[in-house]
Amino acid sequence: MSNYPKPDAATLLDIYKKAALIRFNDERVIKEMTAGKLIMPFYSTQGQEIIPSSVAANLTDDDYICTIYRGVHDMLAKGFPLEALWGELAGRVNGSCKGKGGPMHLTYPKKGMMVTTGVVGSSMPIAVGLGWAAKLDGKGQVSIANFGDGASNIGAFHESLNMAALWDLPVIFICQNNRYAEHTSFANSTKVERIAIRAASYGMEGVTVNGNDPDEMYGAVKVAVERARAGEGPTLIEAMTFRFNGHLVGDAAHYIPREELAAAKERDPVPALRKRLLADGVAREADLDGIEAEIKAAIDAAVIAAFAAELPDVAELKRDVFAHELA
Amino acid sequence: MTEPKKMNMIEAINAALHAACEANPKVLALGEDLADNEEGGVIGVTKGLSTKFGTDRIKSTPISEQAIMGAAIGASLVGYRPVAEIMLMNFVTVAMDMITNHAAKLRFMSGGQTNVPIVIRTMTGSGFSQGGQHSDYLEAWFAHTAGIKVVAPSTPADAYGLMLSAIEDDDPVMFIESLPLYWTPGEVDFKPVPLGKAKISREGSDVTIISYATGAVHALAAAEKLAKDGISAEVIDLRTISPWDRETVFASVSKTGRAVVVHEAVKEYGVGAEISAVLHEQLWDKLKGPVQRVGGAYSPVPFSKPLEQAFAPNPASIIAAVKVALG
Repeated sequence: MSNYPKPDAATLLDIYKKAALIRFNDERVIKEMTAGKLIMPFYSTQGQEIIPSSVAANLTDDDYICTIYRGVHDMLAKGFPLEALWGELAGRVNGSCKGKGGPMHLTYPKKGMMVTTGVVGSSMPIAVGLGWAAKLDGKGQVSIANFGDGASNIGAFHESLNMAALWDLPVIFICQNNRYAEHTSFANSTKVERIAIRAASYGMEGVTVNGNDPDEMYGAVKVAVERARAGEGPTLIEAMTFRFNGHLVGDAAHYIPREELAAAKERDPVPALRKRLLADGVAREADLDGIEAEIKAAIDAAVIAAFAAELPDVAELKRDVFAHELA
Repeated sequence: MTEPKKMNMIEAINAALHAACEANPKVLALGEDLADNEEGGVIGVTKGLSTKFGTDRIKSTPISEQAIMGAAIGASLVGYRPVAEIMLMNFVTVAMDMITNHAAKLRFMSGGQTNVPIVIRTMTGSGFSQGGQHSDYLEAWFAHTAGIKVVAPSTPADAYGLMLSAIEDDDPVMFIESLPLYWTPGEVDFKPVPLGKAKISREGSDVTIISYATGAVHALAAAEKLAKDGISAEVIDLRTISPWDRETVFASVSKTGRAVVVHEAVKEYGVGAEISAVLHEQLWDKLKGPVQRVGGAYSPVPFSKPLEQAFAPNPASIIAAVKVALG
């Protein structure tokens, strides 16, 4: 693992900024839900912040990503505007999808965020198609498919990895192995210990990394992105992590042993990175305090703007079903 | 463009795909056995395309219906116009998540930020002793899904013209090719046929027979025989099942006062039920009697010849229904 290229100080700080944004935003969402102001299914991403932050540090706005219902972290890391996000969560007209998609269908094509799916693993086949388009366009774009460990057991995983490898597509499959597929533990749903070993059966590179370690995560993605941009085909990256909350808000996660959860929280990757930035002299306490205050203020502003925005007109029911409204 | 020419539906669709690929470099095609190395499709509908336009654009795929649909959807999200073949209509069941949860809904769920201009080509129809999993007409499933259009031509000219329009359409189109009609020759004028526009294939004054695909051919044969009994039947070939051409159907049924809807798909819960219900709701005062429906038996398509023949509508069963409609 130590052979991976490491992020420089500026990149590491950028990864922290994204991770902090994701964490604070997730906490704020849960707060607004608990207060009864947001009514929706919400799949918390706490514990998984370093993965998308390290992925995004290797991407440009022209690269594509597809993600799943537990995907707000992927979207924020790629640059989803906070106001468009909160508008969508609140079902308002200023949401990215005009309030018609909600938290499970966040979309922002201007920055390459093409699909959020509510169906386990359905990000993968579509990311293959985006990879095909990227290859045809020949501009060196890559296509990222995010999914979880549970999704590595669906049929579309097999079909997608095989097709991407067969056609040498610039697709990077990022399996965020958070150890639980809904309520079922990894051990109770998967025979192999490492999902990454499955890559070999598709003739592609596969690696398992500590997704909570920005060095490993950033480095593994960098290698995969370079491979993809060079036309050398797809990569499967299994990013080991842990889900701090239940499957969705309201699920108390009694199926996760308390000691297992406590141990994972003990290694909470966001404060760990903060500590490291300070220890390595990348930033001073005051710098980070300032950055965090800025992030919280931006979230505040987005929340306020969302709740002040209009709710959609019922005429929207007929719009965007087809290109032209049917009589 | 070209002089009208006699050809069968296989040749007509092949010509339309060639014309579309020639006219627009963004048109792609993919599916099992589709390229020339694999004989240009099991029936040869796509013969010549990969040789002419290259195997980057025209791709034979692994047997992976979900990945085929995902690849088409993904490429379509960023400007391509893929024509994806699912060899037989029964096999769309394997890819339903991609088709109904994604292709049909991404435009709406993204608030119009993305759209999925794909064509899904698929063939079906009883009459070839293929039994229960190779013969079904499943158009009602897709007509019932907001966001996807459904077409089913009955002549080579319509197949040509509808294919051009389906590829140009900005929404997903399910393009149903009727296996028993593939080899019937007809005059092709190489003109686009607009989606959503029915054709009056025979004028009449006593009763309107509304159908599409194989049913439209049987309806014409039935009308021919009815004429000998002094019954004047108007035959409407819907061509597009969803959205269907209410204007043409309403005008005809207002004139005749009697209607029979015919399709090979099982009658129960089918397209005929929808059309019949709408006619009763909208034209109650014009109807001289209840709208009749003729459809496949409420059973899987059987294998043994007498059973298979009894399953599907034919001119005799249409004539019987017309006589009931006439009272």
